[in-house]
Amino acid sequence: MYRSLFPRDMFAEMDRLQREMQQAFDLSPTIRGFGRNGFPALNIGGTPKTVEVYAFAPGVDPSSLEVNLERGLLTIAGRRANNLPGSDAKAAVHINERFEGSFRRVLTLPDDADPDAVTAKYRDGVLHITVQRRASSQPRRISVQ
Amino acid sequence: MEKSTTTSPRVAESKELARKDDSSRYSDAALTPPVDVVEDSGGITLFADLPGVSRDKLSLQVASDTLTIDAESGLSVPEGLESSHTEVGLARFRRVFTLSKELDTNAISAELSQGVLKLRIPKAEHAQPRRIEIQAA
Repeated sequence: MYRSLFPRDMFAEMDRLQREMQQAFDLSPTIRGFGRNGFPALNIGGTPKTVEVYAFAPGVDPSSLEVNLERGLLTIAGRRANNLPGSDAKAAVHINERFEGSFRRVLTLPDDADPDAVTAKYRDGVLHITVQRRASSQPRRISVQ
Repeated sequence: MEKSTTTSPRVAESKELARKDDSSRYSDAALTPPVDVVEDSGGITLFADLPGVSRDKLSLQVASDTLTIDAESGLSVPEGLESSHTEVGLARFRRVFTLSKELDTNAISAELSQGVLKLRIPKAEHAQPRRIEIQAA
């Protein structure tokens, strides 16, 4: 999550601008919104055969990562432990920008995503989820008789 | 006249250098990775989030009193991928810090695991806290 120290900062202004632009151009976002600025950051793309989701979640214990797919909703949840010293330790925290705590992000998958063919790999702090598209929805050449 | 011809190439050269410096600063855009910096009596510990960065794509440089973290994310993307939603739009991370004098730049140790860089910068010997013995007179 983006932790704002000053509520009327540039990012808040840009969010407001985005909302107003959406109103002005009558763009309708999905009911679950855009959900930007969350942890982990998500990049989503697709190929004709698969849907690819990249979740940028560095420093997460892979065993605490939970990926669920239910009725077209892909949920990525987990917990990132903090490595900051306790309040009793003789240490000063000068900069604290990194996310800590539990996280959960949910995204809607396209209708042709196959819930039985999902793979998830965690490498170098990036969770890569590949969901196969159903064979029936892939482009086929229909032979003319 | 003679004088101007000898000085002008040098001026041009310095301008060229300045432009080069400028363009290298702005052309390869990079994301600023979030960091945590903690200081204890022995030194400073820095954690930086560098998702997708492997050890060979990470470069750490210390020049006089600046520390530069420069990293490239090595994501392998399947062929024909069409992006539909992007929150991490660049594959490059860079952040520069100014170090202070009491830090021992020769003894920096770095560790990269699961996309998190952990840097330990110890304080120089002379800057370590010392207990001063008080002698009874």
